[in-house]
Amino acid sequence: MSFFSTSILEDIEARSEQSAALIDLQSGQVAFVIPIKSFQFKRTLMQEHFNENYMESEKYPKATFKGQLHNLDRDALAKGQSQQVQVEGDLFIHGVTKRVQVQGALELQKGNLLVHAFFSVAPADYGIEIPLLVRENIARIVSIKLVASCESVSQISAAKP
Amino acid sequence: MHLPFTRLGRRVAATLLVGAAASTAALAQDDLLNQLEQTPQPAAPELVEATFKGLRLINGHTVQTPGQGTLAFLISHRFGALNSGAYNFFGLDQATLRLGFEYGVTDRLTVGIGRSSMEKAFDGFLKYKALRQSTGPRAMPVTVTLLATSALNTLRFTDNLERTLPRRLTYTYQAMIARKFSPDLSIQVMPTLVHRNLVARATEPNDVYALGVGGRQKLTKRTSLNLEYYYLVPSTKPYDLRNSLAVGFDIETGGHVFQLHVTNSQGMIEKQFITETRGNFFKGDLFFGFNMARNFTVRAKEGFRK
Repeated sequence: MSFFSTSILEDIEARSEQSAALIDLQSGQVAFVIPIKSFQFKRTLMQEHFNENYMESEKYPKATFKGQLHNLDRDALAKGQSQQVQVEGDLFIHGVTKRVQVQGALELQKGNLLVHAFFSVAPADYGIEIPLLVRENIARIVSIKLVASCESVSQISAAKP
Repeated sequence: MHLPFTRLGRRVAATLLVGAAASTAALAQDDLLNQLEQTPQPAAPELVEATFKGLRLINGHTVQTPGQGTLAFLISHRFGALNSGAYNFFGLDQATLRLGFEYGVTDRLTVGIGRSSMEKAFDGFLKYKALRQSTGPRAMPVTVTLLATSALNTLRFTDNLERTLPRRLTYTYQAMIARKFSPDLSIQVMPTLVHRNLVARATEPNDVYALGVGGRQKLTKRTSLNLEYYYLVPSTKPYDLRNSLAVGFDIETGGHVFQLHVTNSQGMIEKQFITETRGNFFKGDLFFGFNMARNFTVRAKEGFRK
């Protein structure tokens, strides 16, 4: 999971490899949890500001998403075709929950589910204040890229303790 | 077809798999997010960040280091004494200045150099974060940073004393022990030893011991009130010296930290503010001053676009 903010003055980019997710293809439920502090930045100082000034990660340590998959064609997925899906759900960031719609793609490859999604978030929508002084440095809309590879949790493994 | 999928970081992979597997039967009905949140967290301590915003509390160092690949440029000013009268524009005519560079070799190790107009002193230091405060399992209650500095007085003297290089040198050794009690309050304790190779009188000690205490209380997200006090151990306290006291106000913006303060010390390196403070804070021997720090990323973390 990574995000980008491009502005006239600087580009800000961060990545996290510690997000956890569960996708239930039967009911179409989707859930994500991302520890805010797991985001790594190019500059140490950006990372510190991100956690302390903007996301207040001591107060709000996680971002979560809980949603429902729409227009999922299970048969096509089982055949290994890439699926365009739409997910609608609640995105929780910085203590604020908002209903969002996200376009994504699902693909089944060798028993692994590949998830791709690209969407935008406006910091202002989640009560993230950006002071006047640095307003030109931070984009109003931040793009988020999600690439995940999910392992199957099968009934067989459930039998083992 | 019943295929719940899970995606996770390498560290939590094993635990989450077990956690999710054990409850697979109930998966379809239960709230997936709740399941995820019940998953055991990775058993690694989490570091406490930003104990202080600046590399300096006021005169002295904080436990903070700039971080790997970051170069900090520090400009520090102290004007003259506030009670020096209108003729000196209440001290503004007599500024002393220190310019300094500090570079984070690693996240823990910093090297720094500086030049003060006072005593035309050059200083250099090594600063190492030995322990880092953390939360979670095996939590560390405090951050401990060690500092070793030396200062070289390069003034030209007209007295007849031979000023050899060793006689011009002063060393300071300091341990800084800090704890961030809450996002707003951080307290730091600094046991310090200043070794002076040359002293003014035969009766004066070469080694001066001091105990510093200080801290910050945040007022808003980006401003804080800072205090710093160095108590000189009486048995090693040189004649006519006072303890250094400073009150400051920090304003933090994107890549800068501005620090405004009043103090009874005019020097900005350990040797000067710990062992050469003569001003009485409460009788108006106050020096108004500021520190400005600008951070530059010299070497960015790997794997990011330029």
